[in-house]
Amino acid sequence: MGVFKDTGHLFRFAGLFVLAFLVFLVVRHFVVPKSFGEYGHYRGAAIGEIAARPVKFAGHETCEACHSDEAAKKTAGKHAHVNCEACHGALAQHADDPTVKPVLPETAVLCARCHSASAAKPKGFPQVDPASHSQGLPCESCHQPHNPGMDAPKTDAGGAK
Amino acid sequence: MNISRRQMLILLPAAAVAWESVLAGSPEASPNYKISDHWWGMLIDIPKCIGCGNCVRACQTENDVPEGFFRTWVERYHRSDWTMAQTGALSANPLIDPEVISPDGGKEGFPVATDESGRYFFVPKLCNHCADSPCTQVCPVGATFIGPDGVVLVDQSYCLGCAYCVQACPYGCRYIHPEKKVADKCTLCYHRITKGLTTACCEACPTGARQLFDLKNPKDPIHEFLKTHSVQVLKPQMATGAKAFYNGLDGSVR
Repeated sequence: MGVFKDTGHLFRFAGLFVLAFLVFLVVRHFVVPKSFGEYGHYRGAAIGEIAARPVKFAGHETCEACHSDEAAKKTAGKHAHVNCEACHGALAQHADDPTVKPVLPETAVLCARCHSASAAKPKGFPQVDPASHSQGLPCESCHQPHNPGMDAPKTDAGGAK
Repeated sequence: MNISRRQMLILLPAAAVAWESVLAGSPEASPNYKISDHWWGMLIDIPKCIGCGNCVRACQTENDVPEGFFRTWVERYHRSDWTMAQTGALSANPLIDPEVISPDGGKEGFPVATDESGRYFFVPKLCNHCADSPCTQVCPVGATFIGPDGVVLVDQSYCLGCAYCVQACPYGCRYIHPEKKVADKCTLCYHRITKGLTTACCEACPTGARQLFDLKNPKDPIHEFLKTHSVQVLKPQMATGAKAFYNGLDGSVR
Protein backbone atom coordinates (compact mmCIF):
# COMPACT_ATOMS: atom_id res chain seq x y z
CA MET A 1 0.00 0.00 0.00
CA GLY A 2 3.01 2.20 0.30
CA VAL A 3 3.14 2.94 -3.40
CA PHE A 4 0.07 5.21 -3.51
CA LYS A 5 -0.63 7.83 -0.96
CA ASP A 6 -4.01 9.38 -0.28
CA THR A 7 -5.96 6.58 -1.98
CA GLY A 8 -9.07 7.32 0.06
CA HIS A 9 -10.63 9.57 -2.55
CA LEU A 10 -10.32 6.80 -5.15
CA PHE A 11 -12.39 4.48 -2.99
CA ARG A 12 -14.96 7.21 -2.42
CA PHE A 13 -15.21 7.65 -6.17
CA ALA A 14 -15.50 3.90 -6.69
CA GLY A 15 -18.25 3.79 -4.09
CA LEU A 16 -20.10 6.53 -5.88
CA PHE A 17 -19.74 4.60 -9.12
CA VAL A 18 -21.13 1.42 -7.59
CA LEU A 19 -24.00 3.36 -6.08
CA ALA A 20 -24.87 4.89 -9.45
CA PHE A 21 -24.76 1.43 -10.97
CA LEU A 22 -27.12 0.15 -8.31
CA VAL A 23 -29.54 3.01 -8.95
CA PHE A 24 -29.34 2.20 -12.64
CA LEU A 25 -30.21 -1.44 -11.96
CA VAL A 26 -33.14 -0.52 -9.74
CA VAL A 27 -34.53 1.96 -12.28
CA ARG A 28 -33.97 -0.50 -15.10
CA HIS A 29 -35.81 -3.17 -13.15
CA PHE A 30 -38.94 -1.02 -13.01
CA VAL A 31 -38.67 0.54 -16.48
CA VAL A 32 -37.85 -2.46 -18.66
CA PRO A 33 -40.85 -4.76 -19.18
CA LYS A 34 -40.58 -8.14 -17.52
CA SER A 35 -40.64 -10.13 -20.75
CA PHE A 36 -38.11 -7.95 -22.59
CA GLY A 37 -35.36 -10.20 -23.86
CA GLU A 38 -37.37 -13.39 -23.48
CA TYR A 39 -36.82 -14.29 -27.14
CA GLY A 40 -34.68 -11.39 -28.33
CA HIS A 41 -34.37 -7.63 -28.13
CA TYR A 42 -38.11 -7.08 -27.75
CA ARG A 43 -40.97 -7.60 -25.34
CA GLY A 44 -41.78 -11.31 -25.45
CA ALA A 45 -45.28 -10.74 -24.10
CA ALA A 46 -46.12 -8.74 -27.24
CA ILE A 47 -46.32 -12.03 -29.17
CA GLY A 48 -49.11 -13.26 -26.91
CA GLU A 49 -50.90 -9.93 -27.06
CA ILE A 50 -50.90 -9.92 -30.85
CA ALA A 51 -52.04 -13.56 -30.92
CA ALA A 52 -54.95 -12.68 -28.62
CA ARG A 53 -56.64 -10.30 -31.07
CA PRO A 54 -60.19 -11.34 -32.06
CA VAL A 55 -60.84 -13.39 -35.18
CA LYS A 56 -63.41 -12.12 -37.71
CA PHE A 57 -63.28 -14.78 -40.42
CA ALA A 58 -64.42 -18.04 -38.83
CA GLY A 59 -62.72 -20.27 -41.42
CA HIS A 60 -64.46 -22.75 -43.73
CA GLU A 61 -64.03 -25.69 -41.34
CA THR A 62 -66.18 -23.84 -38.81
CA CYS A 63 -68.86 -23.11 -41.44
CA GLU A 64 -68.90 -26.71 -42.64
CA ALA A 65 -69.42 -28.01 -39.11
CA CYS A 66 -73.04 -26.79 -39.30
CA HIS A 67 -73.66 -26.19 -43.00
CA SER A 68 -72.48 -29.56 -44.29
CA ASP A 69 -75.36 -29.64 -46.82
CA GLU A 70 -74.19 -26.45 -48.51
CA ALA A 71 -70.59 -27.60 -48.30
CA ALA A 72 -71.53 -30.84 -50.08
CA LYS A 73 -73.22 -28.88 -52.89
CA LYS A 74 -70.11 -26.76 -53.23
CA THR A 75 -67.74 -29.74 -53.31
CA ALA A 76 -69.63 -31.17 -56.27
CA GLY A 77 -69.13 -28.10 -58.41
CA LYS A 78 -66.52 -25.74 -59.74
CA HIS A 79 -66.63 -23.58 -56.62
CA ALA A 80 -65.28 -26.44 -54.51
CA HIS A 81 -62.12 -24.53 -53.67
CA VAL A 82 -63.82 -21.21 -52.97
CA ASN A 83 -64.11 -20.82 -49.23
CA CYS A 84 -67.49 -19.88 -47.74
CA GLU A 85 -66.38 -16.50 -46.47
CA ALA A 86 -64.85 -15.52 -49.81
CA CYS A 87 -68.43 -14.72 -50.85
CA HIS A 88 -70.38 -14.53 -47.59
CA GLY A 89 -67.91 -12.25 -45.83
CA ALA A 90 -66.46 -12.46 -42.33
CA LEU A 91 -68.86 -14.45 -40.16
CA ALA A 92 -67.06 -15.38 -36.96
CA GLN A 93 -69.75 -13.45 -35.07
CA HIS A 94 -72.41 -15.66 -36.63
CA ALA A 95 -70.36 -18.76 -35.83
CA ASP A 96 -70.09 -17.74 -32.19
CA ASP A 97 -73.73 -16.80 -31.93
CA PRO A 98 -76.03 -18.26 -34.66
CA THR A 99 -78.74 -15.74 -33.78
CA VAL A 100 -76.59 -13.11 -35.53
CA LYS A 101 -78.05 -13.46 -39.01
CA PRO A 102 -75.64 -12.93 -41.88
CA VAL A 103 -76.70 -10.79 -44.83
CA LEU A 104 -77.14 -12.82 -47.99
CA PRO A 105 -74.67 -11.47 -50.54
CA GLU A 106 -76.00 -9.86 -53.68
CA THR A 107 -75.07 -12.07 -56.60
CA ALA A 108 -75.03 -9.26 -59.17
CA VAL A 109 -72.10 -7.62 -57.37
CA LEU A 110 -70.54 -10.81 -56.12
CA CYS A 111 -70.38 -12.83 -59.34
CA ALA A 112 -69.16 -9.86 -61.36
CA ARG A 113 -66.25 -9.29 -59.01
CA CYS A 114 -64.57 -12.45 -60.22
CA HIS A 115 -66.32 -13.29 -63.47
CA SER A 116 -66.68 -9.99 -65.34
CA ALA A 117 -64.57 -10.20 -68.46
CA SER A 118 -61.28 -8.36 -68.65
CA ALA A 119 -58.27 -8.83 -70.90
CA ALA A 120 -56.16 -8.66 -67.75
CA LYS A 121 -57.55 -11.87 -66.24
CA PRO A 122 -55.92 -15.24 -66.88
CA LYS A 123 -57.27 -16.60 -70.17
CA GLY A 124 -58.48 -19.90 -68.72
CA PHE A 125 -60.60 -18.22 -66.06
CA PRO A 126 -64.35 -18.26 -66.87
CA GLN A 127 -65.41 -14.67 -67.51
CA VAL A 128 -68.37 -12.99 -69.17
CA ASP A 129 -69.56 -9.49 -69.95
CA PRO A 130 -72.35 -9.24 -67.35
CA ALA A 131 -74.46 -6.86 -69.45
CA SER A 132 -74.63 -8.96 -72.60
CA HIS A 133 -74.36 -12.38 -70.94
CA SER A 134 -77.64 -12.41 -69.05
CA GLN A 135 -79.64 -9.54 -70.62
CA GLY A 136 -80.20 -8.11 -67.15
CA LEU A 137 -81.37 -11.35 -65.55
CA PRO A 138 -79.85 -12.03 -62.13
CA CYS A 139 -77.07 -14.63 -62.19
CA GLU A 140 -78.91 -17.02 -59.89
CA SER A 141 -81.80 -17.43 -62.34
CA CYS A 142 -79.50 -19.84 -64.24
CA HIS A 143 -76.53 -20.50 -61.94
CA GLN A 144 -76.72 -21.81 -58.43
CA PRO A 145 -73.81 -20.04 -56.68
CA HIS A 146 -72.70 -23.07 -54.66
CA ASN A 147 -72.51 -25.21 -57.78
CA PRO A 148 -72.61 -22.81 -60.71
CA GLY A 149 -72.47 -25.34 -63.58
CA MET A 150 -75.58 -25.25 -65.84
CA ASP A 151 -76.06 -29.01 -65.40
CA ALA A 152 -76.18 -28.67 -61.62
CA PRO A 153 -79.54 -29.43 -59.98
CA LYS A 154 -81.25 -26.07 -59.77
CA THR A 155 -83.02 -25.82 -56.46
CA ASP A 156 -83.00 -22.60 -54.51
CA ALA A 157 -80.13 -20.16 -54.68
CA GLY A 158 -78.60 -21.79 -51.62
CA GLY A 159 -77.67 -20.15 -48.38
CA ALA A 160 -79.72 -18.99 -45.43
CA LYS A 161 -83.45 -18.40 -45.84
CA MET B 1 -21.39 -14.50 8.57
CA ASN B 2 -19.46 -11.31 8.38
CA ILE B 3 -19.93 -9.23 5.28
CA SER B 4 -18.03 -6.01 5.08
CA ARG B 5 -19.53 -2.95 3.48
CA ARG B 6 -17.27 -3.40 0.47
CA GLN B 7 -18.31 -7.01 -0.05
CA MET B 8 -21.91 -5.91 0.26
CA LEU B 9 -21.44 -3.36 -2.51
CA ILE B 10 -20.16 -6.07 -4.79
CA LEU B 11 -22.82 -8.61 -3.83
CA LEU B 12 -25.84 -6.35 -4.23
CA PRO B 13 -25.51 -5.68 -7.97
CA ALA B 14 -24.79 -9.36 -8.54
CA ALA B 15 -27.99 -10.24 -6.69
CA ALA B 16 -29.94 -7.69 -8.71
CA VAL B 17 -28.69 -9.20 -11.97
CA ALA B 18 -29.63 -12.68 -10.75
CA TRP B 19 -33.12 -11.48 -9.77
CA GLU B 20 -33.60 -10.04 -13.27
CA SER B 21 -33.11 -13.44 -14.81
CA VAL B 22 -35.49 -15.02 -12.30
CA LEU B 23 -38.22 -12.57 -13.32
CA ALA B 24 -37.68 -13.08 -17.05
CA GLY B 25 -39.76 -15.66 -18.89
CA SER B 26 -43.55 -15.74 -18.92
CA PRO B 27 -45.83 -18.54 -20.17
CA GLU B 28 -46.89 -18.53 -23.82
CA ALA B 29 -50.28 -17.14 -24.71
CA SER B 30 -51.76 -19.82 -26.99
CA PRO B 31 -51.47 -23.08 -25.07
CA ASN B 32 -51.59 -25.38 -28.12
CA TYR B 33 -49.21 -23.31 -30.18
CA LYS B 34 -45.55 -24.13 -29.88
CA ILE B 35 -43.76 -21.10 -31.17
CA SER B 36 -40.53 -22.88 -32.08
CA ASP B 37 -42.31 -25.46 -34.25
CA HIS B 38 -43.22 -23.04 -37.04
CA TRP B 39 -41.57 -20.96 -39.72
CA TRP B 40 -44.29 -19.11 -41.58
CA GLY B 41 -44.41 -17.63 -45.04
CA MET B 42 -46.78 -17.15 -47.93
CA LEU B 43 -46.90 -18.50 -51.43
CA ILE B 44 -48.33 -16.24 -54.14
CA ASP B 45 -49.30 -18.12 -57.29
CA ILE B 46 -49.42 -15.32 -59.86
CA PRO B 47 -51.06 -17.27 -62.72
CA LYS B 48 -54.01 -17.97 -60.41
CA CYS B 49 -54.66 -14.38 -59.34
CA ILE B 50 -57.69 -12.79 -61.02
CA GLY B 51 -57.42 -9.40 -59.30
CA CYS B 52 -60.80 -9.58 -57.55
CA GLY B 53 -59.51 -7.75 -54.47
CA ASN B 54 -61.06 -10.23 -52.05
CA CYS B 55 -57.80 -10.48 -50.11
CA VAL B 56 -57.54 -6.71 -49.67
CA ARG B 57 -61.10 -6.45 -48.39
CA ALA B 58 -60.70 -9.47 -46.13
CA CYS B 59 -57.50 -8.06 -44.65
CA GLN B 60 -59.10 -4.71 -43.94
CA THR B 61 -62.06 -6.40 -42.26
CA GLU B 62 -60.01 -8.83 -40.23
CA ASN B 63 -57.40 -6.37 -39.04
CA ASP B 64 -59.33 -3.06 -38.93
CA VAL B 65 -56.91 -1.56 -41.42
CA PRO B 66 -57.73 2.16 -41.74
CA GLU B 67 -59.20 3.45 -44.97
CA GLY B 68 -56.52 4.31 -47.54
CA PHE B 69 -53.85 2.13 -45.88
CA PHE B 70 -53.02 -1.42 -46.82
CA ARG B 71 -51.44 -4.42 -45.19
CA THR B 72 -51.88 -6.24 -48.46
CA TRP B 73 -52.71 -4.85 -51.87
CA VAL B 74 -52.86 -6.04 -55.45
CA GLU B 75 -51.05 -4.46 -58.38
CA ARG B 76 -51.94 -4.99 -62.01
CA TYR B 77 -49.03 -5.08 -64.40
CA HIS B 78 -49.34 -4.57 -68.11
CA ARG B 79 -46.24 -5.43 -70.01
CA SER B 80 -46.91 -4.08 -73.48
CA ASP B 81 -45.58 -5.70 -76.60
CA TRP B 82 -42.05 -4.75 -77.55
CA THR B 83 -42.35 -1.38 -79.28
CA MET B 84 -38.77 -0.17 -79.11
CA ALA B 85 -38.27 -0.62 -82.83
CA GLN B 86 -40.98 1.96 -83.53
CA THR B 87 -40.20 4.56 -80.90
CA GLY B 88 -36.50 3.97 -80.47
CA ALA B 89 -36.80 4.98 -76.85
CA LEU B 90 -35.28 2.92 -74.10
CA SER B 91 -38.28 3.63 -71.91
CA ALA B 92 -40.36 1.58 -74.28
CA ASN B 93 -38.70 -1.55 -72.97
CA PRO B 94 -41.69 -3.38 -71.50
CA LEU B 95 -39.41 -5.32 -69.16
CA ILE B 96 -38.22 -2.11 -67.55
CA ASP B 97 -41.32 -0.01 -67.87
CA PRO B 98 -44.46 -2.01 -67.34
CA GLU B 99 -47.66 -0.10 -66.69
CA VAL B 100 -48.62 -0.69 -63.06
CA ILE B 101 -51.93 0.26 -61.52
CA SER B 102 -53.42 -0.39 -58.12
CA PRO B 103 -56.59 1.69 -57.68
CA ASP B 104 -57.35 1.82 -53.94
CA GLY B 105 -54.99 -1.12 -53.51
CA GLY B 106 -57.15 -3.20 -55.84
CA LYS B 107 -59.75 -3.32 -53.10
CA GLU B 108 -62.70 -3.01 -55.46
CA GLY B 109 -61.07 -4.84 -58.33
CA PHE B 110 -59.61 -3.28 -61.44
CA PRO B 111 -61.01 -1.40 -64.43
CA VAL B 112 -61.83 -3.66 -67.36
CA ALA B 113 -58.82 -4.02 -69.63
CA THR B 114 -59.66 -3.88 -73.29
CA ASP B 115 -56.17 -3.68 -74.78
CA GLU B 116 -55.51 -7.28 -75.77
CA SER B 117 -51.87 -6.66 -76.65
CA GLY B 118 -49.01 -7.42 -74.32
CA ARG B 119 -49.27 -9.38 -71.13
CA TYR B 120 -51.30 -8.66 -68.02
CA PHE B 121 -50.87 -10.13 -64.61
CA PHE B 122 -51.77 -9.34 -61.03
CA VAL B 123 -49.22 -9.19 -58.25
CA PRO B 124 -50.61 -9.35 -54.72
CA LYS B 125 -48.21 -7.78 -52.26
CA LEU B 126 -47.87 -8.03 -48.52
CA CYS B 127 -45.17 -8.03 -45.88
CA ASN B 128 -42.55 -10.54 -46.98
CA HIS B 129 -41.83 -11.58 -43.40
CA CYS B 130 -38.13 -11.47 -44.16
CA ALA B 131 -35.80 -13.72 -42.22
CA ASP B 132 -33.21 -10.91 -42.28
CA SER B 133 -35.60 -8.03 -42.32
CA PRO B 134 -34.23 -4.50 -42.70
CA CYS B 135 -37.20 -3.04 -40.82
CA THR B 136 -36.54 -4.83 -37.54
CA GLN B 137 -32.86 -3.91 -37.66
CA VAL B 138 -33.47 -0.17 -37.64
CA CYS B 139 -35.97 -0.05 -34.77
CA PRO B 140 -34.31 1.99 -32.01
CA VAL B 141 -36.44 0.60 -29.18
CA GLY B 142 -37.00 -3.07 -30.04
CA ALA B 143 -40.67 -2.52 -30.88
CA THR B 144 -40.57 -4.56 -34.07
CA PHE B 145 -39.03 -7.96 -34.28
CA ILE B 146 -38.91 -11.30 -36.05
CA GLY B 147 -40.70 -13.76 -33.82
CA PRO B 148 -39.25 -17.23 -33.19
CA ASP B 149 -41.76 -18.51 -35.79
CA GLY B 150 -40.52 -16.17 -38.52
CA VAL B 151 -43.35 -13.63 -38.41
CA VAL B 152 -42.34 -9.98 -38.35
CA LEU B 153 -44.49 -8.23 -35.77
CA VAL B 154 -44.89 -4.79 -34.23
CA ASP B 155 -45.27 -4.31 -30.49
CA GLN B 156 -47.61 -1.35 -30.75
CA SER B 157 -47.50 -0.54 -27.05
CA TYR B 158 -43.74 -0.12 -27.34
CA CYS B 159 -43.51 1.62 -30.72
CA LEU B 160 -42.61 5.31 -30.71
CA GLY B 161 -43.87 5.97 -34.21
CA CYS B 162 -40.52 7.23 -35.47
CA ALA B 163 -41.19 5.55 -38.85
CA TYR B 164 -37.60 4.41 -39.40
CA CYS B 165 -38.99 0.97 -40.21
CA VAL B 166 -41.41 2.46 -42.74
CA GLN B 167 -38.43 3.87 -44.60
CA ALA B 168 -36.35 0.74 -44.16
CA CYS B 169 -38.85 -1.69 -45.68
CA PRO B 170 -37.81 -2.14 -49.31
CA TYR B 171 -41.26 -3.46 -50.18
CA GLY B 172 -43.30 -0.54 -48.82
CA CYS B 173 -45.27 -2.79 -46.54
CA ARG B 174 -45.39 -0.60 -43.45
CA TYR B 175 -47.29 2.54 -42.59
CA ILE B 176 -47.90 4.72 -39.57
CA HIS B 177 -51.40 4.08 -38.30
CA PRO B 178 -53.25 7.41 -38.61
CA GLU B 179 -55.00 7.11 -35.23
CA LYS B 180 -52.62 5.04 -33.14
CA LYS B 181 -49.58 6.92 -34.55
CA VAL B 182 -47.51 3.76 -34.41
CA ALA B 183 -46.11 1.46 -37.08
CA ASP B 184 -48.58 -1.02 -38.49
CA LYS B 185 -48.16 -3.87 -40.94
CA CYS B 186 -49.24 -7.34 -41.95
CA THR B 187 -49.00 -9.71 -38.97
CA LEU B 188 -49.59 -12.70 -41.24
CA CYS B 189 -52.85 -12.84 -39.24
CA TYR B 190 -50.82 -13.94 -36.25
CA HIS B 191 -54.00 -14.10 -34.14
CA ARG B 192 -55.37 -16.64 -36.65
CA ILE B 193 -52.38 -18.80 -37.49
CA THR B 194 -51.65 -19.38 -33.80
CA LYS B 195 -55.18 -20.77 -33.49
CA GLY B 196 -54.76 -23.16 -36.42
CA LEU B 197 -56.63 -20.97 -38.93
CA THR B 198 -55.20 -19.66 -42.17
CA THR B 199 -54.83 -15.93 -42.81
CA ALA B 200 -57.88 -13.85 -43.73
CA CYS B 201 -56.51 -13.17 -47.22
CA CYS B 202 -55.91 -16.87 -47.90
CA GLU B 203 -59.34 -17.71 -46.50
CA ALA B 204 -60.98 -15.19 -48.80
CA CYS B 205 -58.95 -15.91 -51.96
CA PRO B 206 -61.34 -17.68 -54.36
CA THR B 207 -58.67 -19.17 -56.61
CA GLY B 208 -56.03 -20.32 -54.13
CA ALA B 209 -53.56 -17.77 -55.44
CA ARG B 210 -52.40 -17.13 -51.89
CA GLN B 211 -51.35 -19.94 -49.63
CA LEU B 212 -49.98 -19.72 -46.13
CA PHE B 213 -47.18 -22.18 -45.51
CA ASP B 214 -45.15 -23.40 -42.60
CA LEU B 215 -41.67 -24.45 -43.67
CA LYS B 216 -41.10 -26.30 -40.41
CA ASN B 217 -44.12 -28.53 -41.00
CA PRO B 218 -42.88 -31.54 -42.99
CA LYS B 219 -46.45 -32.29 -44.15
CA ASP B 220 -47.00 -28.83 -45.63
CA PRO B 221 -47.74 -28.99 -49.40
CA ILE B 222 -45.21 -26.17 -49.90
CA HIS B 223 -42.36 -28.67 -49.91
CA GLU B 224 -43.82 -30.55 -52.87
CA PHE B 225 -44.60 -27.24 -54.59
CA LEU B 226 -41.02 -26.01 -54.20
CA LYS B 227 -39.72 -29.24 -55.70
CA THR B 228 -41.81 -28.86 -58.83
CA HIS B 229 -41.89 -25.09 -59.32
CA SER B 230 -39.29 -22.39 -59.46
CA VAL B 231 -40.43 -19.64 -57.13
CA GLN B 232 -38.87 -16.24 -56.69
CA VAL B 233 -38.88 -13.52 -54.08
CA LEU B 234 -39.14 -9.79 -54.63
CA LYS B 235 -35.87 -7.83 -54.67
CA PRO B 236 -33.61 -10.84 -54.10
CA GLN B 237 -30.59 -8.55 -54.50
CA MET B 238 -31.43 -7.00 -51.14
CA ALA B 239 -30.84 -10.32 -49.37
CA THR B 240 -33.76 -9.83 -47.04
CA GLY B 241 -34.55 -13.52 -46.80
CA ALA B 242 -38.11 -12.77 -47.93
CA LYS B 243 -40.65 -15.50 -47.22
CA ALA B 244 -43.33 -14.33 -49.64
CA PHE B 245 -42.61 -16.77 -52.45
CA TYR B 246 -43.91 -15.83 -55.90
CA ASN B 247 -44.65 -18.48 -58.48
CA GLY B 248 -44.64 -17.30 -62.09
CA LEU B 249 -43.20 -13.90 -61.25
CA ASP B 250 -42.47 -11.75 -64.28
CA GLY B 251 -39.08 -10.09 -64.59
CA SER B 252 -40.67 -6.66 -64.79
CA VAL B 253 -42.05 -6.84 -61.24
CA ARG B 254 -40.25 -4.59 -58.81
